[in-house]
Amino acid sequence: MRTVVIAVLAALAVGTVLLLATGADPLLAYQAIVSGAFGPDGFADTLAYVVPVAGLATALAIPLRAGMVNLGGDGQLVLGAISAVSVGLGTGSAILALLAGVLAGGAYAALAALCENRFGVPLLISTLLLSYPAISLAGYLVRFPLTDEGSSLPQTSQLPDSARLPELVGIAVVLLVVAVYAVVDARTPAGFETRVTGWNARFAAYAGIDRPRLTVRLLAFSGGTAGLVGATVAMGFPYRFIDGALITPQYTWIGLLAALLARANPLGTLAAAVFFAALTSGGFAMERATQVPRELTAILQAVLILFLAATSGLLRKRGARV
Amino acid sequence: MFDLSLISSTLTALTPILFAALAGALCQRAGVFNISLEGTLLVGCFAAVAGSWYTGSAWLGVLTAVLASAAYSLILAVGSVTFGGDAIVIGVAANLLAVGLTSFLIRTVFGTEGAFSDPALAGLDPVLGQSLLVYLSWLAVAAFAVLLYRHPWGLRLRGVGERPLAARTLGVSVTKYRYWAIIAGGALCGLGGAQLALGSVTLFAENMTAGRGWIAVVAVMLGRATPIGVLLAALLFGLAEALGFRLQGIGLPQQATDAAPYLVTLVALFLSSRRNRVSVQG
Repeated sequence: MRTVVIAVLAALAVGTVLLLATGADPLLAYQAIVSGAFGPDGFADTLAYVVPVAGLATALAIPLRAGMVNLGGDGQLVLGAISAVSVGLGTGSAILALLAGVLAGGAYAALAALCENRFGVPLLISTLLLSYPAISLAGYLVRFPLTDEGSSLPQTSQLPDSARLPELVGIAVVLLVVAVYAVVDARTPAGFETRVTGWNARFAAYAGIDRPRLTVRLLAFSGGTAGLVGATVAMGFPYRFIDGALITPQYTWIGLLAALLARANPLGTLAAAVFFAALTSGGFAMERATQVPRELTAILQAVLILFLAATSGLLRKRGARV
Repeated sequence: MFDLSLISSTLTALTPILFAALAGALCQRAGVFNISLEGTLLVGCFAAVAGSWYTGSAWLGVLTAVLASAAYSLILAVGSVTFGGDAIVIGVAANLLAVGLTSFLIRTVFGTEGAFSDPALAGLDPVLGQSLLVYLSWLAVAAFAVLLYRHPWGLRLRGVGERPLAARTLGVSVTKYRYWAIIAGGALCGLGGAQLALGSVTLFAENMTAGRGWIAVVAVMLGRATPIGVLLAALLFGLAEALGFRLQGIGLPQQATDAAPYLVTLVALFLSSRRNRVSVQG
């Protein structure tokens, strides 16, 4: 707990220096962030950020629990979104669209797991490398076969009413995903195997846990969740896939940081993700109030993590010496 | 299809990746897993443009980039070496910080959003069709090879990476060697960023590194952190990128060719791992 307080204070100090350097009033800016994140106007914005950030954080936490890092969240997210929108446009069914998103994201991440199992390409690298072609594919699809003829922007047409999701469904989906993850993690043999692998991979192998199989399963669930999140976001307002809309806000990386920060603990990951989402939407409010660029909150997030990583490393080091 | 202009565009595409990959290899040899190359490269791009803009000299821009990236790499050095923090957590956070910081600075310093470019911004003059940094990157490969294999410094560096306890017993400071490897790597990333922002084009755009630092991480792995291996891996990627541009010229959509380098790299990884598996059996 003390490390968190130190890290928050350090991040605030760095932010204050930057704010003073730009000539803004730090107190006013911080006030704007808080009221923007939780005040009556900003709360809806925060919720809109919670869905992708907490969703991705949970998706990436699933393999992280076993010590496996999935760096391909961007690709799985985008592939899920574009698959869902394609199916939604074709069939008009929201259920089929969501299913397509889950399957596309899950299959793609499982492919990365197979790269590790069959070809010895580390998961860290295979997930990352597969991410870029998926983003390119989506970029191609929204420019040519699926493009909205009526506009010059790289985006698909709007989904029919029957394939749209109201905003609250997005929140419900994310909470459901977190709940399922929490229960599986704490109450099932699969969750236990995952945690054991995370604690000590050698012991897990000795105990007879089939690592290649576990890798494929965890990555399939991770990618499936990322795909579901992509589908949910794209099927919400403005009800279409826009090129870059899921990549530019860095949802994947913020989500990964939240998962890393909470050591993939289900509820901890959710809490960290909600905090980051609030900070991000607070940044927009701060920009409106003080003209300080909203990227300040991205800096605060990163500095916070850096200090947490450093202090927790220091504690571990001391613990090892004693 | 294969002609001089392809070689030239391969060299251009290769250089930033090569610098970053050398940085990664240096850290790998010292036993530090560096995935903050992407962010360090981006900081280099921004610093190069800022330095060139304020001094009016492209070479002072390069110097600014080297200093800024070296300073930025201290985050990893202090966080992972001194404090013992998780290198992956620090790397991911440092990358995110670089995106946030450069986007913040482009708006506060230059007052624009997205990209900054100005006709008055001094870029690097080409010598025989390429900026001098392109030639410097090949020299850096040679220097890395000599230092690593023919110099006591390289021997100690490898010792620190492979057997840190043994190195410490022999009186080699693990901390010092890791610090210098990370900082020198940061300086190399600065050169790569300067080439990207002042060499082929003369501008800074948000997130302009576009995954090159990550490709460098892959190149380090593919080339097993050896000078020649890393060079070949980076060359493969540069060639794929240059061929992609060429294919765009004959009508292939940009999105298809953008994906090519990543797929080529993945295939190369498959092939190299299969070969190694065979050699392990034999």
